[in-house]
Amino acid sequence: MISIYKLTKQFGKLRALNEVSLDFTLGKSYALIGPNGSGKTTLIKSVLGMVIPTTGKIEVDGANIKNSWLYREKIGYMPQIGHYPENMRIGQLFDMVRNIRKDPPLLDEELMEAFALTAIQDKRMHTLSGGTRQKVSAALAFLFNPPVLILDEPTAGLDPVSVEILKEKIQQEKDKGKLLIITSHIMNDLDELATEVVYLHEGNVRYNNSIAELKDITGETRLGKAIAQMIRSLEKKVIPEAINLK
Amino acid sequence: MPRIIKYVFYDILRTRFILLYTMFLLLSTIAMFQLDTDSSKVILSLMNVVLMVVPLVSVVFTTIHFYNSYEFIELMLAQPVNRPVIFLGEYFAVALSLCFAFTAGVGIPMVMYGAGMQGFTLLYSGLMLTLVFVSLAFLSSVLTRDKAKAIGVALLFWFYFSLIYDGLLMWIIYSFSDYPLEKATLVLVSLNPIDLARILMLLQLDISALMGYTGAFYKDFFGSSLGVIFSTSVLTIWILLPVVIALQIFKRKDL
Amino acid sequence: MLLHSYGFAQSSRWVVQPNGKIPSIKQAIALAEAGDTILVKPGIYREGNILIDKSLVLIGENKPIIDAAFKHEVITVRARHVNISGFKIINSSVASMHDPAGIGAEEADFLIVRKNEFYGTFFGIHISNSHHITVADNTLKALMRSDHETGNGIHLWQCSNAVIKNNFIHGHRDGIYFEFVTNSVIDGNVSEGNLRYGLHFMFSNDDDYTNNIFKDNGAGVAVMYTKNVKMVNNRFEKNWGPSAYGLLLKDIRDSFVENNLFDQNTIGIYMEGTSRTSFKNNVFSKNGWAIKLQASCDDNIFSENNFQSNTFDMVTNGTMVLNTISHNYWDKYQGYDLNRDGIGDIPFRPVNLYAMIVERIPTAVLLWRSFLVFLLDRAERIMPAVTPENLKDDFPRMKPYDFNL
Repeated sequence: MISIYKLTKQFGKLRALNEVSLDFTLGKSYALIGPNGSGKTTLIKSVLGMVIPTTGKIEVDGANIKNSWLYREKIGYMPQIGHYPENMRIGQLFDMVRNIRKDPPLLDEELMEAFALTAIQDKRMHTLSGGTRQKVSAALAFLFNPPVLILDEPTAGLDPVSVEILKEKIQQEKDKGKLLIITSHIMNDLDELATEVVYLHEGNVRYNNSIAELKDITGETRLGKAIAQMIRSLEKKVIPEAINLK
Repeated sequence: MPRIIKYVFYDILRTRFILLYTMFLLLSTIAMFQLDTDSSKVILSLMNVVLMVVPLVSVVFTTIHFYNSYEFIELMLAQPVNRPVIFLGEYFAVALSLCFAFTAGVGIPMVMYGAGMQGFTLLYSGLMLTLVFVSLAFLSSVLTRDKAKAIGVALLFWFYFSLIYDGLLMWIIYSFSDYPLEKATLVLVSLNPIDLARILMLLQLDISALMGYTGAFYKDFFGSSLGVIFSTSVLTIWILLPVVIALQIFKRKDL
Repeated sequence: MLLHSYGFAQSSRWVVQPNGKIPSIKQAIALAEAGDTILVKPGIYREGNILIDKSLVLIGENKPIIDAAFKHEVITVRARHVNISGFKIINSSVASMHDPAGIGAEEADFLIVRKNEFYGTFFGIHISNSHHITVADNTLKALMRSDHETGNGIHLWQCSNAVIKNNFIHGHRDGIYFEFVTNSVIDGNVSEGNLRYGLHFMFSNDDDYTNNIFKDNGAGVAVMYTKNVKMVNNRFEKNWGPSAYGLLLKDIRDSFVENNLFDQNTIGIYMEGTSRTSFKNNVFSKNGWAIKLQASCDDNIFSENNFQSNTFDMVTNGTMVLNTISHNYWDKYQGYDLNRDGIGDIPFRPVNLYAMIVERIPTAVLLWRSFLVFLLDRAERIMPAVTPENLKDDFPRMKPYDFNL
């Protein structure tokens, strides 16, 4: 579904991504992990076309995304921190996005209802708490029933009940055979939601395989521990400095 | 694009700044007409507003707006929307609202009190300068990610065109005062949109004095249809050029 | 021969008609005696140059046309007490040596030229060494040619007690030209669209010119080397150009410039060598420079004038102030009137720094009304460095005078 070939992104002196090649297949769920500043968000933004690659290319459904935008119909994106026009009301925001996506396919308003967003649709964005914003972001990402979902820290800032609602929703979509790319620092969540793991460090892909495989190799049963184990083994080989894995 | 324009437009209207700007223009224009019965004296005071305040407000408001719209732009970029559509949508919405504010704030009182050809020229110059400085502000906004820096660059544009350029022009005029400069100054004046707008106004307000220097040259030139086409084209270039450059940068910009 | 007698023993009346007994004006003049009247019926009379050498009254009925076909002076007058009225006088020759005219008169005291139309004449009316003459209600339109191919409209040289009244003059070199003409009146004329001056006036003392309109002339009006002139109730309008003046005064003394309107001239009044002259109750509006006062002027009084919408009100090339300026209305005045006596409490300085700069560098006018100039001007107001300290109106009026001009 999404193929990345030798993607490099340079921000001034900083190389955020270094010849990253990855394949994201429909039906699988990817946990994208790595320390802060490892290039996760840059990678996601590159796929969305928000960040323009220095070299390399990205294909979605076999077509290069350079200078194209229609492919984004297939992607639902939940940003790490949702920035929205501050003066807009929730209802207007949803109307607007629906309006912009010209012919909305079958709408999925499940999350809107589950988060009871319709009840507060007259609230302006700047009055919302961080958690409520996250709910809005999540509801928007799922609204158009896209085959690809990119979720950047989906559960951060949500209350426990909402976390469960969201996780259930993600699980549901995963079962429908969608492609999910999730970044999170909460390993337990990823353990439940992801089937694959991609580990990024300083712009390089350090690990890319299934979670089952990883657990198998490390002999751990929980993803968190398995990853810690993996990092330690990687450290011994190539990474001299300590890695802060929250 | 109309959908994008619509939403940006709503957003701008909600900040109330445009409303305040419109009221400021409206009240000061009406006050001037009330205090002064001589309409060309009012036009004179309004001219300072048009040459100073309008570019300044346009350039600062646009830059601030662009940075406040980052969220919106980000949101749009995650949707299946073309970048130029987002950018031009922003541009048109900002340009339209500032033009609307100016037309309502200055145009309505002028129609009410009747200001004739001078008023029309003033309105035209004001609208053109609004568009020019919105364009320049968009350019400065895409040049840097830092809001403060962008406002700095935008103010520099304003400062350059309203003061520094004229200082240089003065120096040139002084240094070459022994040469016939009518045509050369015409070109130099065209290189600064504020100066060009000012000359269009001078032709209305100070034609007697201008005739003393250029004879009928400026009057004939700007009064002819060729001159109208010339001044409009030059101002249009001043509007289009920064937008086109800004658009090219925006297309390749990381957000 | 048709002959009408009117009961005057010596006075006869002759009728000229294209197909009549006397088909030519020349023939009638030859037949007539001094004091006779010649009535000319409608028609076109091409008779070369017509010389009037005796006191005759020539009256045209319904504007008969006298056409010199660009070959001669149309009518030449060499007698006293001649009256030429009601003709259309066209197409004189053009020459630079002897100034052919529509009507050329010399030593023609008591000449009357009334209600004629002049088209395509080199000079319109050219009168010299004549006294007690009247030129009234004529229309003169020259073919618009270059400066040296066009003569003056009404040209008087060495005359006195002339009355030039209600004429319309267009397209000549100078509309009205006076040289060594004294004790005369120029009243109610309209002189516009002339190549050089609407009125050109030299060495002509003790004259009045009143109620005239001088508009759109190449250089405006020039009054020079003269004393005791009354210039009252005239309109000087739209005289535009690098050296165009509403009124150019040069070496003038003991004169009056009152109740005039100076509107939309590049320079309203330019004056040098002018003294003991009063400028009162005039309106200066929309001029480039209302007044350019050269340092050679002294003892003039500028009072109770309105200065409105001029680009620059006053400019001078000197620092000495030998003239009195008071009680004028200046629309640029920004002072206040705390005691409410209608007079501003702080003086007004009509000379603006930028006007002085433009004096030296004319191109600099292009920067007028820019932010830069605004700042320069403010700085100068706080610390005057260039503008003459004493050139000021200590009693500026808060409100314009109502002159109804």
